[in-house]
Amino acid sequence: MARASGTGKPSVLARRHFRLAVPPVSGVLRPRLVAVCAALTAAAFLVFCWGVSIGEVPIGPVDVMKALAGQGDPGTLLVVRELRLPRAVVGLLAGAALAVSGALFQTMTRNPLASPDMIGLTAGAGTAVVAGIVLGWDGGPGAQALGLLGALATAVLVYALAWRRGTTGYRIVLVGIGLSWICTSATDFLLARGGRFQAQAALGWLVGNLNGRSAADAVPLAAAVAVLVPAALVLGRLLRTLQLGDDVAAALGTRVQPVRLALMLTGVGLVAFATAAAGPIAFVALAAPQIAQRLAGAAHPPLVASALAGALVVLSGDLAARTLISGTELPVGVVTGVLGAPVLLWLLIRANRAGSGG
Amino acid sequence: MLLLASLAAVLLVLCLLSIALGARGVPLDQVLRALSGHADSRLVENIVWTVRVPRTALGLAAGAALGLAGALMQALTRNPLADPGVLGVSAGAAFAIVFSVAVLGLGSLYGYVWFAFAGALAAGVLVFFLGRLGRSGLTPVKLALAGIAVTSLLTSLTSAVVLTNPDALNRYRFWNAGSLADQTGATVLRVLPFVAAGALLALACAPALNSLALGDDVAASLGRRLGLVRLQGVAAVTLLTGATVSVIGPVVFLGLVIPHAARVLAQRAGVGPDHRWLLPLSALLAPCLLLAADIVGRVVVRPVEIQAGVLIAFIGGPFFIAMVRRRRLAEV
Repeated sequence: MARASGTGKPSVLARRHFRLAVPPVSGVLRPRLVAVCAALTAAAFLVFCWGVSIGEVPIGPVDVMKALAGQGDPGTLLVVRELRLPRAVVGLLAGAALAVSGALFQTMTRNPLASPDMIGLTAGAGTAVVAGIVLGWDGGPGAQALGLLGALATAVLVYALAWRRGTTGYRIVLVGIGLSWICTSATDFLLARGGRFQAQAALGWLVGNLNGRSAADAVPLAAAVAVLVPAALVLGRLLRTLQLGDDVAAALGTRVQPVRLALMLTGVGLVAFATAAAGPIAFVALAAPQIAQRLAGAAHPPLVASALAGALVVLSGDLAARTLISGTELPVGVVTGVLGAPVLLWLLIRANRAGSGG
Repeated sequence: MLLLASLAAVLLVLCLLSIALGARGVPLDQVLRALSGHADSRLVENIVWTVRVPRTALGLAAGAALGLAGALMQALTRNPLADPGVLGVSAGAAFAIVFSVAVLGLGSLYGYVWFAFAGALAAGVLVFFLGRLGRSGLTPVKLALAGIAVTSLLTSLTSAVVLTNPDALNRYRFWNAGSLADQTGATVLRVLPFVAAGALLALACAPALNSLALGDDVAASLGRRLGLVRLQGVAAVTLLTGATVSVIGPVVFLGLVIPHAARVLAQRAGVGPDHRWLLPLSALLAPCLLLAADIVGRVVVRPVEIQAGVLIAFIGGPFFIAMVRRRRLAEV
């Protein structure tokens, strides 16, 4: 039995993990990961309530929690449920979806830089949705479908173009960056072509925005998260063998190509629905899995903790965006972009220091 | 020599086309008469001299500047992926301009061009030092990734500034796409001195760049003062990029594609990778591409225009991907 050094007492947290075997179920329990998940959940819940409580009519946090449970006076219930809840729910779900997708891609390519926002998936979804806005069929299922198409097409292109007798993580990143540049200039063209108000709507959406989200935005995203996140969790078990390299994974009994395809589709789907609902919120998919990984002290981004970290990042980013400058509501993507870019720089510096930077 | 002459001829034809084609169809003979100072009507004279000639001149100046800046950066960093857009220099200038216009309220080119220089310089130096960290030194991939990281940071900051300021937003969306349209002759004349100074500095670097291509040690032993050459090169890149971005906005990939094309042409002409040839070739080729993109953008979807920067990204993006796909990113 492992003991915490120096104290002489057995400490729960000092042990890296427990092996639980209650036939027919067995698994590994990691106390630190569980503690991190609990802390992230608590923090996300607090920020969620805080976000719902501020607005034109401030509502106390206690009243917010009561209203969430279905109690309180009708006026408060209406404001909380109809006006503020959709925004908070979209933020929560979009953050979780982006982060899980980021964790999947980062683990699959074994490269922290190969997250969906770096390899052009969000840019592809963005171009498709902006085309929809400029052509006049914005909102609703049309935008979701367009976003999904754009992200899927970009993913296929990145993978095909980066393929040369196998792919390397860095080739995927650089090819994705080239593609995202092409998509961005297509978006620029569409923006300049559209009318002034369409352009403002599209540009506000393009940086990742939770302003004015309604239940119509939340429902498709919630459905997608409900299907795709459990799928990611199930596939995540296979991800670990995939990380050992294709040959070893095949030798261990994993069907490599189908699993990889399913993982990619899951990741692309999560990004596409999150982007269609809230815009390409910058750097959440890149930074949240890395934050979760550092907090949990794991070797690769843990999926559940990543989802919680993503939700926390988006919700607190939105809170900051609404409160930092009084009178204006910045889009949440501006805050995550300004805070997330240094994370990217730091990842890069670390990779360079370790000598693995390409 | 023949090569330079034929390129100049192509460029001349493109200039004429750029002056002759536009939203309003003006017959060629009328255009020519207006150019020689005997216009048929005030309208034609106006169209030719206040709209199309400045636009063409801007294309020439901006194209030459970006081509030179790209060639210079590829030579200085010995990196085939170097380009003012890819390495964050344009993004630095763009952020500085947006900041000075939207926050400090500067309105004239002579007000904000200095900010553009400062932004370009700061971003370039930051990218260089980020890319150089670590034992393996300045590899192409590391430098490109550092440039992209800095570009994302600056773009986020730029959109933070722009989105809080609706008027700035409306101008920004045209400028950001890289357009040659709607500039007056006066603006073009104001930016010319900076481009000319940058071009002279760049061309004066050429012999030293040839030594630098052999490696730092060899260049030093050939009597080149490396620090001085780099300083000169960085000053030239800053002047060329900052001045261009402040007028036409950040154009990505022009400086990436052109020097490679120039290298191929120089090889064909039998002069090899000699920077005394490569730099002038780039300065001639880049305006050709920029003007051609501008003309095509004016013609294909009339009456709307596709910005030249957008078309160049459509050409340059696939080129960048093809470069990345090469088995080994050979050093220049």
